[in-house]
Amino acid sequence: MFISFLDGLFNGLSIGSILLLAALGLAIVFGLMGVINMAHGELMMLGAYTTFVVQNIFKQWGEGAFEFYIFFALIAAFIVAALMGLLLERGVIRYLYGRPLETLLATWGVSLILQQFVRSVNWVLVAGLAVFSLLYFGGMWLLQRRSDFERIRNLAIGILLPLSALIALLVGRIMATTYELAVTQPWFGAQNKDVTAPSWLRGGLPIGGYQLAYTRIFIMVLTILCVVGVYLFLQRSPWGLRIRSVTQNRNMSACLGIPTKKVDALTFALGSGLAGVAGCALSLLGSVGPNTGQNYIVSAFMVVVVGGVGKLLGSIFGALAIGITQYIMVLEF
Amino acid sequence: MSGLGRRKFLIYGSAALGTSVLLKACASGTTDSAAESPAADAAATGESPAAAGGETIKVGILHSLSGTMAISEKSVVDSTQLAIKQINDAGGVLGKQIEPILEDGASDWPTFAEKARKLIEEDQVVVVFGCWTSASRKAVLPVFEEKNHMLYYPVQYEGQECSKNIFYTGAAPNQQIEPSVDWLIENKGNTFYLVGSDYVFPRTANTIIKAQVEAKGGTVVGEDYLPLGNTEVAPIIAKIRQALPDGGVIYNTLNGDSNVAFFKQLQGAGLTPDKYPTMSVSIAEEEVQAIGKEYLLGHHAAWNYFMTVESPANDAFVEAFKAEYGDSRVTNDPMEAGYISVNIWKQAVEEAGSEGTPTDLEAVRTAAYGQEFDAPGGPIVMTPNHHISKTVRIGEVRDDGLFEIVFETPGPVDPIPWNQYVAETKGFSCDWTKTDVDNPGKFEI
Repeated sequence: MFISFLDGLFNGLSIGSILLLAALGLAIVFGLMGVINMAHGELMMLGAYTTFVVQNIFKQWGEGAFEFYIFFALIAAFIVAALMGLLLERGVIRYLYGRPLETLLATWGVSLILQQFVRSVNWVLVAGLAVFSLLYFGGMWLLQRRSDFERIRNLAIGILLPLSALIALLVGRIMATTYELAVTQPWFGAQNKDVTAPSWLRGGLPIGGYQLAYTRIFIMVLTILCVVGVYLFLQRSPWGLRIRSVTQNRNMSACLGIPTKKVDALTFALGSGLAGVAGCALSLLGSVGPNTGQNYIVSAFMVVVVGGVGKLLGSIFGALAIGITQYIMVLEF
Repeated sequence: MSGLGRRKFLIYGSAALGTSVLLKACASGTTDSAAESPAADAAATGESPAAAGGETIKVGILHSLSGTMAISEKSVVDSTQLAIKQINDAGGVLGKQIEPILEDGASDWPTFAEKARKLIEEDQVVVVFGCWTSASRKAVLPVFEEKNHMLYYPVQYEGQECSKNIFYTGAAPNQQIEPSVDWLIENKGNTFYLVGSDYVFPRTANTIIKAQVEAKGGTVVGEDYLPLGNTEVAPIIAKIRQALPDGGVIYNTLNGDSNVAFFKQLQGAGLTPDKYPTMSVSIAEEEVQAIGKEYLLGHHAAWNYFMTVESPANDAFVEAFKAEYGDSRVTNDPMEAGYISVNIWKQAVEEAGSEGTPTDLEAVRTAAYGQEFDAPGGPIVMTPNHHISKTVRIGEVRDDGLFEIVFETPGPVDPIPWNQYVAETKGFSCDWTKTDVDNPGKFEI
């Protein structure tokens, strides 16, 4: 009886910690910055795909290295998702601060683009995008240095955009016809990808007739570490202080010399990075595919809202409450 | 910031347009090389030569290329295109090249119906290969019946359907589910727990399984459903352990992402295949790759075809597929069925001596009956109930992620669309060559 109660409690806490890990980044992005980031789930997905890539690299290095890949994957997932978040903030969200509806729509669009991107990404697409960005943004950057840039700006866009698109397209075509399958084969494709836990994370800790899965224990520990880390960062570090002051009063902080734009970018990157970590950890339990993020995004928002927007502590209780209730509801009914 | 100015709007608008054009161009570049034929090129550029009756025969391929089902359906598209390419390379059908027209059902059932209508009305295709989920098949069925057109459906399904306008090249329940339940009762025990995704296939399949297990003297101790895509399986695993404390058989009809979470956490919870053997009907070679073979070792699946089938036809199929799509790809049962579909249709067209424009579609339909084909999974025959007879196999996942075939019927099993264990359909049959009954799709014997 006691052991089955313990098992229930463990499962409930474990579901709660998964929810919390998924929602932690969102609690910062949505809770502190007020940005409704619908692409949060896709940042998790990027984290999961990073795990897949890191795992495959370590697999080549042999059985011994494979046992430790998960730690490197966590770091890599954080970095990849944070960079993507930075790009997203610099490219889209910074133009939309204070306009939640537009942010919601824009980030939703980004989430769809990212989903399709991982499905169809191959060397042709990457080369095409690289050539396009290089020509278009490089050209614009060069032109920007002319004194009469403002005057010729529209004309420049009108010429540069189709031109670079056309060249990128041609490069893609030529690549596809010369190298064929080697470059046109998608990196990941639409299929789910397998992420296998290192052998010490498989199986579980037997207690009575029950068994507590090591992966779930790992995720609980990771969640605790992340929460403590975020708390310390926000409360004890100078950048944390700046983040808190900007979220409380942007204008006053700017007056006091805090670089608010930098703070915005940093905060968003931090939240995105945490999403990447969550994606990495959850790939141990669930699937890794283009839709991975979709499975968690709703519950992540739920946790933040239940816990109270802007309150990190609230998110913790929100996640645990939802987790335990969810477990009991499914078990009993 | 004061709203989105006109100038800014222009800039972003054109940037977005440019990017989308670029993305589209790259995407079509991929499809081109995937099906390198004059016909496919024409389809990609949109300059299709005249209507049916010209130099090419137009056929439709209708699968989800985006959305949650793209995971599975993309590979069937690949094998369907492979079959078309092989036929074209060998001279085509009736001396004409086949021109596939690819439509995306986008994992959305009403979209499937719309696209089916578009293929039939606008593109004037003579046949459509497509659909995966039963929900999408049910959505397009009225369209095909209204237009009296033809669909080849390549996936194992729950049966209880026999339309004049669909050829079912996947397994009926008696060619997959029923033999696997018999095998489990004989070899693994007779206490069952049923787990499935919450939609029409698992629910109908489980009705059949329950009736069958009870008829054979076994018991079903529990039954649970997860919404499609749900990955929180911990409560279900806890329930299985409560219901089967000393082990028992888990019959798994989960679909999609839930499977990954289910098997990963099943192992974590200590429910190993020696005490809790599972039988899955939606896990094939591709899914094993996606879940990770470490989690599936020793678990079972029931299909008609496995990549490990030993036959010259299968060797040729696997080799051709790998040459076309890359060495890391695997073949599975629905892909084989997609491959069969195209070949059966081709043989029917050749026998009818006509490609089947809307007026003589009937001739191609009746010519399909009795068509034999040496499929990768063994010889098959198209029967007058629009299903095909095929060999049933049970496989166990082995070290390399492929299946060790542990059971195989001695020969092809004849399909029974209306299930004989379920009370409502017991005694019913289907035979579209019959003329002396009111409804050849469902009549009492």
